[in-house]
Parts: sequence; structure tokens; C-alpha cells
Amino acid sequence: MKTTPSKWSQPRNWAPYVFVSPFFILFGAFGLFPLVFSIYLSFHTWDPAAGLAAMEWVGFENYLYALQSDDWLRASLYNTFWLALVSGLPQHLVAMPLAYFLHSAFGRWRNAVVGTYFLPFITSSVAISLVFSTLFSKDFGVVNATLASLKDAPLLGALMPASNIDWAQPQYTKWMISFVVFWRYVGWNVVLYLSAIQTIPKDVLEAAVMDGANSWQKFVHVVLPLLKPMAFFAVTLTIIGNLQLFEEPFILTSGTGGIDQAGKTAAMHMYSVAFTDGDFGTASAIAWLLFMLIAVATWLNNRLLGQRD
Amino acid sequence: MSTSTRFVTASPASVPLPSHSPLPAPAKKRPAPLLLLGYAVVLLGGLLMLMPFYFMFVFATHTNSEILSVPPPLWFGSAFMDNIAELLRVLPYFWNNLGWSTYVALAVTALNLFFCSLAGYAFALLDFRGRERLFGAIMATMLLPGFVGMVPTVLTMSWLGWMNEHRALIVPGACGALGIFMMRQYISAAVPKELIEAARMDGCGEFGIFVRIVWPLITPALGTLGLITFISSWNNFMTPLVILRDMDRYTVPLALRALQGTGQTQWGAICAGAAVAVVPLLIIFAMASRRLIDGLTAGAVKS
Repeated sequence: MKTTPSKWSQPRNWAPYVFVSPFFILFGAFGLFPLVFSIYLSFHTWDPAAGLAAMEWVGFENYLYALQSDDWLRASLYNTFWLALVSGLPQHLVAMPLAYFLHSAFGRWRNAVVGTYFLPFITSSVAISLVFSTLFSKDFGVVNATLASLKDAPLLGALMPASNIDWAQPQYTKWMISFVVFWRYVGWNVVLYLSAIQTIPKDVLEAAVMDGANSWQKFVHVVLPLLKPMAFFAVTLTIIGNLQLFEEPFILTSGTGGIDQAGKTAAMHMYSVAFTDGDFGTASAIAWLLFMLIAVATWLNNRLLGQRD
Repeated sequence: MSTSTRFVTASPASVPLPSHSPLPAPAKKRPAPLLLLGYAVVLLGGLLMLMPFYFMFVFATHTNSEILSVPPPLWFGSAFMDNIAELLRVLPYFWNNLGWSTYVALAVTALNLFFCSLAGYAFALLDFRGRERLFGAIMATMLLPGFVGMVPTVLTMSWLGWMNEHRALIVPGACGALGIFMMRQYISAAVPKELIEAARMDGCGEFGIFVRIVWPLITPALGTLGLITFISSWNNFMTPLVILRDMDRYTVPLALRALQGTGQTQWGAICAGAAVAVVPLLIIFAMASRRLIDGLTAGAVKS
């Protein structure tokens, strides 16, 4: 259908643009403008108290400072990648077989089980992180009490720590955060993989049965290859989400990053550079460095899982 | 779309077996103990998912000294009102905070229902130039990480004089990309185009068609979008953290966070506050878990 200028007098020709305009107006003002301004900021030094006029062009100095002299950035990037991997990879390793098992061996109970695993995803990360910091406390926490009671169990007992773990110590903080993140997002991935498995035609699986495959072989040789497109999508979401991890570590370490900043992520570091140190220019540079890292990680994932075969 | 076609081509041309039982045949041949072990692991995992909620409610009903005893309490106590009183002592504005959270979440939800369905309707059923490109642009914005804009968002808000104002939490999120996507999907499936044409023939205005014809037909999708929007606004922490300054204007997550590091940590009060924040979500989930899960994963499944 061709539109000629004269037709613009009719409401039906401009109505669609009016209908979709709220998104673009709001995104322009509160999404796009801040992003562009953030690029601009990252090339300036600026004392916000002195107003806009005090802004001074410094080129790449903020980036160079962040990369060369900001030791905390390096440490927080290490923490971020550590947490992204340790909390992210198990989500997928658990969610794929779990989704298949739920699909093949659960009848009418499936929805209830899926709901149970999904529940953490929709709850307030602040509230739940506060509860977890109670559960993980050293002397009276439920986690340590459980570990202690397992000490007398056969086999498992040998693996249990001799005394209560102080989860605030640097060598344990990241494990605690990873567990909470895993707990919160594993159900989301189960749902994603389950929905992909449900689109696999029945006769594909039945043909595998005809060829004498058992359940495990069916999972490895038939289901897993067909899950690849969804795995690509789900892993992409995990990468993007985990590399900007903020709320869970922020609450679990009381906003400090923990002893030796062992639980401080890059997003938390950016937050404290901006709002504790008041250095908005460097904070913006850190934001864009992190953005580039996320882009690279997503690209690598695309090369790894996203290949069209 | 390409995935589903791939699935079809991947299916071998062998004779399809009629299956009489819902379980695949070899599941019966599988040694039963292994299957039982599988069920046990799934059950244990499920308990692990629920455990934090359980202890949150148990601790919310115990005094601090009871929580600090070894072993920790495993069943409900009677100190819930004491904990609420303690919560109100540390957070004197907690009921205000609850009110602000409700107000912000309801306002964001109402605006999203209106704007997202309006845009979704245009993208689903109206013909206009650049439609696909504009829709693609909206989808692309979902990939932008939020934290990059955090610093300039604060500056924007302070220029507008919106610091410490709740509209800074409401207006920017009034028309979400995910909501537009959901509404477009639903409207293109649920509203026949002929109906729109017929109403137009009868002289109904474009906005009148939307209000009188489209809205009544899409209430289920509006319900799902409403719940999802309410939940994500209720849980929002990062924006209030950088915008709101005064404790009496905090939303609930921000108020709860203020419980940390106030001298002797009052675990019972913390858990009582967390329970108050989580109970509305649990109620919503109990009523509509299937719709929430389907709605939240709709984007992932369709693309």
C-alpha cells in the first residue's frame, strides 16, 4: 500500500505512529540520551558539584586510568568472571538434564515441580539475599548447621568441613554468592530448556527408541543436539546477566564487597566509583569497558554455540 | 522459526510408532532404582528451592536469641509481632515504604498496560511504513545493559529535578519493550483483522477501535503483562538505590537494605521485613504461576 502526502489528513494514516510513539519518546529521553551522554562523560573529568561548565575534556585518560592504575577494577573484573562462570555454568549443566527428566518422567506433577524451581526467579533479590545472609552466618547459620550434621553421614561425612565455615572470609564469599545466584536462576533455565524440549516431535524420540537407544543415549544423541539453539539463547542471557551482577553480591556483602573486596563485582565497583568517590567520568569509562567485555563474551558464545549447522 | 523447521527436517522418515502410554517404552526397561534416585534428587532440589522461604517465615516468628541458638529453630515461634515492632523501631517509615512500593508498582503497571497494548496493537494489526524496522529497533533495545546508563540517568534525573521523586521510577519504565512484544504476539493471534476493518467501515475512530474492540479481547494477556510488570517494579532495587534519598520515601527493597549494619543485626526483624516484601509475590505466584512462566518465556520460545 502506497501512502501519498494527501492521505495524511486521514487519522488512520498517522494513528499508528502516535500509537507507537510513547516508547520512542521515553526511550529517547531516559534510555538513549543517558547512553550517549555516558560516552561523552567517559572522555571528561568533572566535579559534579561544580556544574556542567567545570567539565574538562581529557581524551582517553579515564580509560587509561581505569585500565592501568585502578587495581580494584582488575580485582572486580576477576571476581565478576569468576562468579559468572561458577554461578552460570552449573545452571545450564543442571537445567538441561533436569528439563529432560521433567519432560519424560513427570506426568501431572510436572507443573508443580517446575513452579517450585521457578519461584526463586520472581522473588525480590534484596529480600532473599538478606535471608541468605542469615542462613550463611558463621555461628548459628542453617547452612553450617546442616554441614555439621552431615559430618556423621557415611561417605559424604569425609567431605564436610571440620569446623564452621566463616562465609565472610574471602575464600568463601564468592562461593556463597555463586550459590545464591545459581539458586535464583536455575529454574528460569529449566523452563527455557523444557519449552524447547516440548517442541521436539514425538517421532524423533520414538525413532531413537526403535534404534535401541536408552534414555541416556536419547538425551545425549537426540535431545542435546536439538537443544543447541535454545542453549545459545539461554547462555547469552546468562552471560549478559552475570557479567553485570549487582544486587545479590551487593546485599550479601552489605554493600562493601566483603573482606578484601572478594565479592565486589565490576558493576559494584562502577557504582562506588560514581557514588562514593564522585568520579563520574571514570565510572562511565568503566561502564563502557564492561560493556565491551560483555559484547566480546557474547560474540565468543555466538562463535561457540550460535553456529548455524 | 528456523528452529522448528529444523526439527521437522531432522525427523527421520521412519515409520512412526503409535505410542499408547505417555511414558516412552524403554522407561519401563530402565532399572527402577535409578528412576527413583532421579525422583529423589529432583525432590531434594525442590526442597532446596523452598528452604530459604521456609526459614524466612520461621525466623520471622522467633526472637533474635532464639535464632542465635544452636541448633537454629526449625518450627514457627510466637515472636512475629515483636519482630514487626522491632522492624518499625529501626525503620519507622516501613508502612510508608510499603505504600510507596505499591503506588510505584501500580502506576508502572497501569501505564505499561495502556502504552504496551496500544503499541502492540499498532504493530500487530495496522499497516504503516517502517513497521518492521521500528519493531526491530524496539526489540534491539532489550539487549542494552542497564548499568551503562546508571550514572547519566542520575544526572538526567537531577536536571529534571526528579531526584528523590517517585516519578523517576515510574515514567522511564512506563512502556517496556518486552510488554510491546508480548502484546503484539497476543493481539496478532487473538484479534481478527476483519473485525478491525468492519469497525472502521462503521465509522469507528482508530482509538475507538482500540478501546472498544481490541481491549475487551485481550484481557488475558493484559493480566499476564500486569502481573509481570508489577513484580519487576516491586523488586526493583538499582533505580531506587540511586534516586531516592529520604528514608520516608524509600521503596521496600531499599528500606530492607537499610536494616543491614545497624549495630546488632536483628535477624528476626530482617526476616519479618523480607517476608512482608515476599508474601505479595508468593500470593501472585500461587494464583498465576503458569501464566507468569508462560508470559516470561514467551519471547524466548517464539523467537
